[in-house]
Amino acid sequence: MSLLEVEGLDARYGDFQALFGVNLSVEESVTESIIGANGAGKSTLLKTIAGVLPPSAGDIRFDGKSLVGLPPNARLALGVSLVPEGRRIFPSLSVDENLIIGAHSGRKGPWTKERIYEAFPLLQPLAKRSGARLSGGEQQALAIGRALMSNPRLLLLDEVSLGLAPIVVKQVYAALPTIMEQGTTLLVVEQDVNQALAVATRFACLLEGRISLSGDAATANRDAVTDAYFGMSSVKKDH
Amino acid sequence: MATSSKVIRSTTASRVFAVVALLVVIVLATVPKWADVSTVRKLVDLLILIALAQMWNLLAGFAGVVSVGQQAFVGIGAYGMVVFVNNLGFGLYTSIFISALVAALISIPMGLIAFRLRGSYFAIGSWVLAEVVRLAAKANNSVGGGSGASIKVAGYSAASRSQNVYWIALIVGVGAVALTYALLRSGLGLQLQAIRDNEGGARGLGANVYRTRFVLWVVVAFWTALAGATFYTKSLRVQPDQSFSVVSWTAPIIFMVVIGGIGSIEGPIIGAIAYWFFRERFGNSPEYYAMALGLLAVGVALFLQRGVWGIIRRRFDLQLFPVRRRLSVTTEEKVSP
Amino acid sequence: MAWVNAIVQGILLGGLYAVLATGLSVGFGVMRLTNLAHGDMAILAAFMAFSISTSFKISPLVALLVILPGAFVFGLLLQRFVFDRLIGGDPSLQIVATFGLSIVIQNGLKKKYTADTRGLNLGKLATRSIRITKGLTIGVLPLITFLCGVGVLVLLALFLSRTKMGRAFRATSDDPDTAQLMGVDKRRVYATATGITMLTVALAGVLYGAKSSFDPFIGPATLIFAFEAVIIGGLGSLWGTLAGGIALGVAQAIGLKINAGYGELAGHALFLGVLATRPRGMFGKLDNR
Repeated sequence: MSLLEVEGLDARYGDFQALFGVNLSVEESVTESIIGANGAGKSTLLKTIAGVLPPSAGDIRFDGKSLVGLPPNARLALGVSLVPEGRRIFPSLSVDENLIIGAHSGRKGPWTKERIYEAFPLLQPLAKRSGARLSGGEQQALAIGRALMSNPRLLLLDEVSLGLAPIVVKQVYAALPTIMEQGTTLLVVEQDVNQALAVATRFACLLEGRISLSGDAATANRDAVTDAYFGMSSVKKDH
Repeated sequence: MATSSKVIRSTTASRVFAVVALLVVIVLATVPKWADVSTVRKLVDLLILIALAQMWNLLAGFAGVVSVGQQAFVGIGAYGMVVFVNNLGFGLYTSIFISALVAALISIPMGLIAFRLRGSYFAIGSWVLAEVVRLAAKANNSVGGGSGASIKVAGYSAASRSQNVYWIALIVGVGAVALTYALLRSGLGLQLQAIRDNEGGARGLGANVYRTRFVLWVVVAFWTALAGATFYTKSLRVQPDQSFSVVSWTAPIIFMVVIGGIGSIEGPIIGAIAYWFFRERFGNSPEYYAMALGLLAVGVALFLQRGVWGIIRRRFDLQLFPVRRRLSVTTEEKVSP
Repeated sequence: MAWVNAIVQGILLGGLYAVLATGLSVGFGVMRLTNLAHGDMAILAAFMAFSISTSFKISPLVALLVILPGAFVFGLLLQRFVFDRLIGGDPSLQIVATFGLSIVIQNGLKKKYTADTRGLNLGKLATRSIRITKGLTIGVLPLITFLCGVGVLVLLALFLSRTKMGRAFRATSDDPDTAQLMGVDKRRVYATATGITMLTVALAGVLYGAKSSFDPFIGPATLIFAFEAVIIGGLGSLWGTLAGGIALGVAQAIGLKINAGYGELAGHALFLGVLATRPRGMFGKLDNR
């Protein structure tokens, strides 16, 4: 039984349907990347799993238990944690306090504030800094650290590279292996195909709300991925 | 096949209603000729209530501006009569109009300040402004200070005054409904509906939300003062605490509109008639009446939102004042040779 | 010296306004909700203190101790049955619903207590005063009221900065949806916030009743003072609320000194002046959305 099972998932924003019958299965301790263009539905998928958006059809099962109808804080208690798009750091709280509130649910596990500071050394000198005065990279590190404070079994990462300079993106992704070592299951949403395939074990491609391709990241055929990303049939290469 | 489409507004119900309404207004116009003075006075009350309700609804239900300070303009209308008739010797009926103009003028600086706030804070801010006007009137001895003044009607016979005030009230009441209807059918109305549905989107399309709201604020101030001045020309006694009273004016206005149905033209009319009608029954216990209305308003706000008319409209898909535009598409079969 | 006296009275009065305003601040800060019945609920507490102290022949301050837990529970119920449906929704419904409550409370009080003015009898405490220097005496009651104002704000500041629930308040105030992602239960936060607000409202009501006479219809006036204090001090700032209250108190005291009828007007003038020239207030952080 996979840790996360998504079955026939439909999601809408008012009249606009964003997801069409999405099926996804993620095993425990696996890192799965969801890739796709802007507007493909990647963030929508994470939001429905996290409980921010209710699905219009289908089921989401975590550890065999259906999540549908549970509010986000209840899902967090079960071990599903979302690092939201845009980071969403609390500006009224300091860096330290942002981390502390991440542990609000009281879930026990390997991650403590000290371990987070170790994993993200750039946050160490910023402990007392207000959340409103952080750079993009600092915010991203903090957002991930904050989510880890709840010791999740499933960590959902929504577009962590968005708006960040390439060198900062590398730093952020460099921290992921440490997280994976703990056995945490990761679901990473990324527009950057290379980064996504580099960090993941498995991948799935979303195109206009539907899964267009999935497989192992290591053996992924780049051409097939490009096609699935953009939705074009294979272009014959000129010799 | 050829398809043609056109935008239609009126429905059968609205056409029937238009005829009925016209007949009602004609009948109402003849009332002073055959009804007794007490009935005439009561109808004046009703017409004033309808006017006040329509105006508050225009601001709150259509422009999204919820004011708890409209009593300021009722009071300005009242005090305008004292100033223009008593102190300056103008004619009784022209003073009603002039008082309303003054109210419109005063509403401009009031609006400039109040519109720096939004939502609930605007509501309280409008209340504060009304308080300021009340305290200013109370402190001013030329209009009677704390005890107020009576409007001098020595030169007018009671009979003619009763008739004339009634006809003015008819114009004010029916006019308020007509004005609202006209505004909503105009381009301004379309803007308002767009703003109400999606403010951000409407702004993006060029709607000047601030200016639209401000214009309505001034128009509503004018007509509210018109209603107030007319009322006090009937009842004559003007006092600061009563003429600017939230409990006497604003509370009933809000309850009428909310219970009747905010955001529709029909709602405030229903609310006004119901309020006026039941006020008689509860005459001996105004506190219980107020509490019942308050609880009803809370209930509507929490559960029904669109009031009595909302229920009727949903149930019967009815619209008596045709302000919605619907697209009617007809397909014609082409005859093939 | 008489002027110094007036200003000192104004400062002390500011403490009362600060207690009144704190509830509004918390409600708006955490829930973006403004309760138009805020003042009426304070007066309701004053009347309850009146009933309890006259029936059981105890001091109104002791009655307050009984009222406080009831006020907290009232807040929880109020949130559960009324505010919960209003938070995050159309502001006009908030205004209408809380306005309706205001009218219900006022008329209910009138029915039970008649329109007569009442006062809370604090016995000797009401008249005791401390002489600071020649020409400057401070009443013990105003001093206690002021200290209550400061105390409430200190407690609230400590609560917000040091406790788990306080952190949840701040996070919810910033971003309720992301707070949910952290495991914070929005509804518990809102309920607690309303409970705390009602505690301050009850305290404010009793302090008000001890200072001046009150009747069923004076609630809106106290709401307006609380509101003006918040705006003058600036939204989103706790200490701004105290500063705003003091500024309002001083303005009213000065107005009163100039002419017996100008007290309230002077306060309104300050409020309008702040709105016209510096809408953010003295220490404002939030938008007055």
